[in-house]
Amino acid sequence: MNHLLSIEDLDRAAIERIVAQAERFAEVSDREIKKVPALRGRMVLNLFYEASTRTRSSFELAAKRLSADVVNFAASGSSVEKGESLKDTVLTLSAHKPDAIVLRTPWAGAAELVSRWCGAAIVNAGDGKHEHPTQALLDVYTLRRRLGSIDGASIWIVGDVAHSRVARSNILAFQRMGAKVTVAGPPTLIPRGIEQLGCEIRYTLDELHTADVVYALRMQRERMSETWVPSLREYASCYQIDGRRLGPSQVLMHPGPVNRGVELSGEVVDSPQAVITAQVEAGVVVRMAVLYELLAGSAAREGDAHAEQAGGAGAAHAGGEETAPPAMAARGMAAGGSA
Amino acid sequence: MSAVEPLIGGAGDPAEVLLRDVRALDPRAGLDGRCDVLVSGGRVAEIGEPGSLAAAEGAETIDGQGRLALLPGFFDPHVHLRTPGQEHKEDIETGTRAAAAGGYAGVLAMPNTDPVLDSAPLLGSVREIAARRARIPVGFLASITRGLQGELLTEMAELAEAGAVGFTDDGRPVESAGMLRKALQYQRLCGGVLALHEEDRTLSRGGAMNEGAVSAALGIAGIPTIAESTMVARDAAIAGYEDGRVHFMHLSCESSVAAVAVAKEAGVRVSAEVSPHHLLLTDEDVRALDTRMKMHPPLTAEPDRQALIEGLRSGTIDCVATDHAPHARDEKEVPFEQAPMGTTGLETAFAALYTGLVEPGLMGLGLLVERLTAGAPLFGLPVARIAAGAPADLALVDLEARFVAGERGWESRSENCCFAGRTLQGRVLLTIAAGAVAHRDRTLEMVGA
Repeated sequence: MNHLLSIEDLDRAAIERIVAQAERFAEVSDREIKKVPALRGRMVLNLFYEASTRTRSSFELAAKRLSADVVNFAASGSSVEKGESLKDTVLTLSAHKPDAIVLRTPWAGAAELVSRWCGAAIVNAGDGKHEHPTQALLDVYTLRRRLGSIDGASIWIVGDVAHSRVARSNILAFQRMGAKVTVAGPPTLIPRGIEQLGCEIRYTLDELHTADVVYALRMQRERMSETWVPSLREYASCYQIDGRRLGPSQVLMHPGPVNRGVELSGEVVDSPQAVITAQVEAGVVVRMAVLYELLAGSAAREGDAHAEQAGGAGAAHAGGEETAPPAMAARGMAAGGSA
Repeated sequence: MSAVEPLIGGAGDPAEVLLRDVRALDPRAGLDGRCDVLVSGGRVAEIGEPGSLAAAEGAETIDGQGRLALLPGFFDPHVHLRTPGQEHKEDIETGTRAAAAGGYAGVLAMPNTDPVLDSAPLLGSVREIAARRARIPVGFLASITRGLQGELLTEMAELAEAGAVGFTDDGRPVESAGMLRKALQYQRLCGGVLALHEEDRTLSRGGAMNEGAVSAALGIAGIPTIAESTMVARDAAIAGYEDGRVHFMHLSCESSVAAVAVAKEAGVRVSAEVSPHHLLLTDEDVRALDTRMKMHPPLTAEPDRQALIEGLRSGTIDCVATDHAPHARDEKEVPFEQAPMGTTGLETAFAALYTGLVEPGLMGLGLLVERLTAGAPLFGLPVARIAAGAPADLALVDLEARFVAGERGWESRSENCCFAGRTLQGRVLLTIAAGAVAHRDRTLEMVGA
């Protein structure tokens, strides 16, 4: 794996490998010293063309816990405002030889485009309304921890599917992991043709009780001025997940930030069914796993493969030795990897 | 009618060429067979049995070996030459060079330049440039409304006097039905076809590609096909009411073809064009988000493509037009949603259509040639003929030559061609426009001598 651009590029084995790796990193987060030297001397560049505190700081924290150097580059207040193109910005920043670029833009396909312009591993941290693959991976991770397995689970994604990169990545990721996905929301916000991704479509929440997992999407206020729905009040009355609609055995997810009183009622946000803070927590370890997979994972696995070929006695080659954190070196990185 | 020649430029030294033993094909003349064609003094001087004609002294002889096809030069009623104001994308010289390389003997340029071609003095100065620079004859359409703003009619009568072949706000729809009606009423005074870019912007706004499964998967706002077809139906109704003459540009979907068919059935004076890319590509080709696949109207779904092919075959759609829309590399080398709409098409149109329609048996070569030349008479201009005494507007094509589009670069200043990198069949070797050699392929000598 050279880049993480889209969930479409990942098969089930790859998703499971990243999730398993994240589980190992979760131990690190529980330690007093929350840092491993896995990516020491590597440089991770956060390149954000959209305002984002949560995703950006989650990536920053993930990189730092792996001992990588982190540079943050926000488009506002930078050369971008002076009219520099995406290509020129990327080429300029590439001169600093980043090992990975975490990229957030308002444009579909931008991450893939950038991957053709520079040698760094590209992590798509959101490209327009297209995909947000690390969000989907952390959601899979969170659900696996909660449910054990996602196979056969019924997952409802509720809300503004049309403008949601989270929805698109999650439809793909949940299905890859064996779940049955239904999208529900106002007909104006369910894009025509979305069912060809394999999901069901509902325009009411009448059958929401059949869901094992309810995944609510953020309803952005600017959609009102564009008249996608008549009013937030009407949206809430038709689609808000509240105590009446959410069953006691259902799991509630949300990518944040939550609009209390719009897509979720306050009571369900605070309910035991909600795993919203667990999702945030998962963000760091899953992004650690992604950065590790891209910058050290394949090298480590190759190292292990060599070691196994040599009878399992010898140490992994230098790269693997240097990059694998202790906990992982002991377990053997090859376990989840199918090269 | 206009007081000046509608087409201007392209007048070089009259060609003196003997095209020996070529397969001459002119669907309008019922001609399809091996013969010698002598071009002299800018005209088709003589047509005879293979081997029967001799070149005059000093004239060139090209041996077709019974294999090379001689076709009437194509006519494209819809190209963007970008002069004035956007010469970094294209200019009259590079654009007409691209046209000549594609076998075209005439083109009509769109007025959505900077400034917009909306006044007679401006039209006069652009025609002056064309007279000096154009490799083949060019006609100009002026805008229907001033500055393409949709608010005030241009001085259409004066523009017609100054040589405007027709009128269009191409790039934008005439949104107001009332404005279009006035233009159609005024057409009784000034003549000239009104060429319409059909798009209801309340349906298309914000969209960057066709609405459907692909746009849903990519998370890109879609443009529904009804954005075009509802406007085609509306404007056909207005044209019918005013007995006006309208031409629907770049049809892209099944419902638009159906609306044109209804209008024609009702006797409304409408015509329509379709682009090679809408005939050969679909929104599946957008999946990789290659900005060369971003055009307006967008590439549509397979059933739409099939309906366009059928429409072209049946004659509901009258002609092929490339909507050649050059953009500079830096403008297209951006994320898909940021990129400007448009693909170049003049240099690949024939080969792409020959490869995609004629080779698989979807359309005969004769019919394709008819549709590639039919644009001229739609705008009241003479159609190219292969007949003794006719002006020499000719394209010599090697139907067997295969090549990778763009492998040798482009004559156009821009390279945003949606067919780039595809293997196409049917190379244009020689183009004679208005009696002069306008293009000569560098492989011609090898096959010719």
